[in-house]
Amino acid sequence: MSEKILTKRLEIPGYRGTLDEYEATGGYQAIAKALKEHTPASLIELVKRSGLRGRGGAGFPTGVKWGFVPKGSELPTYLVCNADESEPGTFKDRELIMRDPHQLIEGILLAGFAIGCRTAYIYIRGEFIAGACILEQAVSDAAARGLVGKDILGSRFSLDLHVHRGAGAYICGEETALLESLEGKRGLPRLKPPFPATSGLYRKPTVVNNVETLCNIPHIVMRGAEWFASIGTPKSTGARIFGVSGHVRRPGIYECPIDVPMRELIFEHAGGIREGRRLKAVIPGGSSVPVLTERHLDTRMDFESLATAGSMAGSGGVIVMDDTTCMVRVGEVVSRFYHHESCGQCTQCREGTAWLHKTLRRIEEGRGRQADLDLLLDICDNMKGKTICPLSDAAAMPIESYLKYFRDEFEQHVVERVCPFGPMHRS
Amino acid sequence: MTEETIQVILSRYPDRRSALLPLMHLCQEEAGYLTEDAMRELAARLDLPPIQVAEVATFYDMFRLKPGGQREIWVCHNLSCALLGAEQVIRRLEEVLGVSAGETTPDGLLTIKRVECLAACGRAPAIQVGPDYYGPVSVNDVGELVEQLKRQPAISDQPPSSLLKADR
Repeated sequence: MSEKILTKRLEIPGYRGTLDEYEATGGYQAIAKALKEHTPASLIELVKRSGLRGRGGAGFPTGVKWGFVPKGSELPTYLVCNADESEPGTFKDRELIMRDPHQLIEGILLAGFAIGCRTAYIYIRGEFIAGACILEQAVSDAAARGLVGKDILGSRFSLDLHVHRGAGAYICGEETALLESLEGKRGLPRLKPPFPATSGLYRKPTVVNNVETLCNIPHIVMRGAEWFASIGTPKSTGARIFGVSGHVRRPGIYECPIDVPMRELIFEHAGGIREGRRLKAVIPGGSSVPVLTERHLDTRMDFESLATAGSMAGSGGVIVMDDTTCMVRVGEVVSRFYHHESCGQCTQCREGTAWLHKTLRRIEEGRGRQADLDLLLDICDNMKGKTICPLSDAAAMPIESYLKYFRDEFEQHVVERVCPFGPMHRS
Repeated sequence: MTEETIQVILSRYPDRRSALLPLMHLCQEEAGYLTEDAMRELAARLDLPPIQVAEVATFYDMFRLKPGGQREIWVCHNLSCALLGAEQVIRRLEEVLGVSAGETTPDGLLTIKRVECLAACGRAPAIQVGPDYYGPVSVNDVGELVEQLKRQPAISDQPPSSLLKADR
């Protein structure tokens, strides 16, 4: 079993994530160390050398993102922690928030110091009611001990930190929609460029980082960039928290080196497929990514390996399906979601997600036509690479992959005019 | 909502419009939904045209524009939960409560709401009521869960931290 990093404290019996417990287990030493030993520039350099890439979905190198913030600007700079965890199949950030909130706060302090920020926000999805309360309490406890607010730990670094709740909109996980939402507007993604690093929150330089990404920073500061980069592959470094759900014996979160083989993650950590069943399909990085099959089991979970296999590492949400699963029904559920969550700005996405769902529903209910299969691919083609944000691509790519690997199943629905798996799972 | 609370929220942002979502949450908390009066007052308070409040209220799933049950039972129907029987759980809930998803029981206590991924996939099929998570929920658990919810007093959507339990 590999060493746990972000989840190490979570495994201490009785650990509740209070400030005292966090400090007693080495917490807030990284910010003290950074304030003594680092300049903002050297901290950015450290994170660049660590190779850390964003854990929210896109996998962009964190230190490089920080480096895009203009130096010596007169403008205020903002840091926003993206805690809008909503990608179906993803459930790691909620655990990090609920069970060790100070690890996240320390990561925010370090990132704030690196980019020269005075005010930071945690944008947390509205449904995380308990999580928001825990964070509010943790921020106020940290402020009472001089860890948040003015002149942190007696230094000249000051950072105000506020928890801001969303109100139920998947699209607000997209960073520019998140910024719009934080400004009190509908979550409509912005056209890029300009990128948030130069024109973000209130049109000021802004860095948006995912919860898990930020939680890595204290460990990199304490143990060094070389230590972090020694885990994983040259291009995908460190450990990652995978959430495994679906038809496995032990669903849950598992922290592993980022290049753990899919087979090991599913069959050793998550206990394998439930009794008497065979693995049929795996969605390796949240519902937005293309599906993989049994023959991809020896693929490693790092960014490059999954891309080579034709999918994406995404958010680390691994959804496992056994041989009782109807892939048309999976497509219907997934397309219903994107249809519901499309913000409606771009025609290709607004109309395409609706058409995908309507067509998949028709096939699943035995009312499909042979031409519907190519119609689905045509809709997908019209949705990809043509919109302001990636939601449209995220809706199209999975459906294309279901057709690529399971076209027979779609045809069977059309020919037999019924779902061969039975009506049991239909909504 | 006290003036002090409003001032604390406003003080967090350089632009007062950012206070809109937090204040809408509080208004909904007090009245059970966003009343037209509340939205008008918010618009006046934040110097926004009423339409900019209304467009936000209708964009986000959590805001209610009409009264609902005292408590909403959020049932995830997204993929990980669907794979493990979410539709059967929803059907059972509808039978036990005698109303369809999206509706409120005649006594005004409970509303069933289909929701997207709650980030509780490790406990699929998952249900969330206020700050509490339930799961994995089987069809056989539904009756007992409903009884339990009926017995508990309606608690706040935004509980003080003293109400938090470790297993949430």
